[in-house]
Amino acid sequence: MDSGRSDRNGSRRRPPLALKILIAGGFGAGKTTLVGSVSEIRPLQTEEVLTDASIGTDDLSGVETKTTTTVAMDFGRITISDDLQVYLFGTPGQDRFLFLWDELAFGALGAVVLADTRRLADCFPSVDYFEQRGTPFIVGVNCFDGAKRFSADTVRKALDLDTDVPVLLCDARSRQSGKELLIALVEYVARQHG
Amino acid sequence: MVRPYTMTGGRVQPGTDNFDLVAFVQASPAQPGADPPPHPEQQAILALVQEPISVAEISAHLDLALGVVRVLLGDLLAAELIETHEPSAAHLPDDDILKAVLHGLRAL
Repeated sequence: MDSGRSDRNGSRRRPPLALKILIAGGFGAGKTTLVGSVSEIRPLQTEEVLTDASIGTDDLSGVETKTTTTVAMDFGRITISDDLQVYLFGTPGQDRFLFLWDELAFGALGAVVLADTRRLADCFPSVDYFEQRGTPFIVGVNCFDGAKRFSADTVRKALDLDTDVPVLLCDARSRQSGKELLIALVEYVARQHG
Repeated sequence: MVRPYTMTGGRVQPGTDNFDLVAFVQASPAQPGADPPPHPEQQAILALVQEPISVAEISAHLDLALGVVRVLLGDLLAAELIETHEPSAAHLPDDDILKAVLHGLRAL
């Protein structure tokens, strides 16, 4: 009986190893655009419904009228090989959903923080979060059409980043540019490793 | 509108594992004579996991909230209808894997 079972198991596909990369930044910084430009699949959306149990620290007075809150997370996928896939998760944009970030960041390889130079302060919470958590991250300065261009160095100073954190100018709509961000992140993670 | 946790009988925590977003789920080898799971959503999950698929994708494809999917997966796991493969989150992937990722990304 055991051998019959293992034969069947032998012909089954082994699940690949999946790595998580987070795409963070303020609202409108281009997170979903970036996920879409590098993902091999049309970006998918998963939702977390916040219930009383998951928002236990919230003030629940008047709970009888409270409906559940839904937080959507976009994600995409890149197949590296039969055994290896990279998942890209856009982080939900509001501070009150930070507990969802903990789940996203758990075991994550690292993060790309997208900065919009028109609203640079919007990415401060992301930078703070990954710095505190010790999650490796790089900063992509999304160069929107007509946005005033800043040098990577100016952004680094404005964000008060450690000197070794890579800062790249990027265009979240461009697959090539998105690829370069991910490569820079993985190279940075590998450098920290070695 | 159906309240999302109605189909889990109001439960918001799965019975067992955590089911990471990128944990892979796969149907157990078919057991002759095994009863199909009672809920249509569980049957839909079982149909989807004939090939390994991530928890996040199950949620997206079936348009079910993650928490709901986790409770239903917990039931399926307890009934030994599925197997799960959690990612190793305790330590970073080794250098060979990072090299493979870099190689793959450059080839995109």
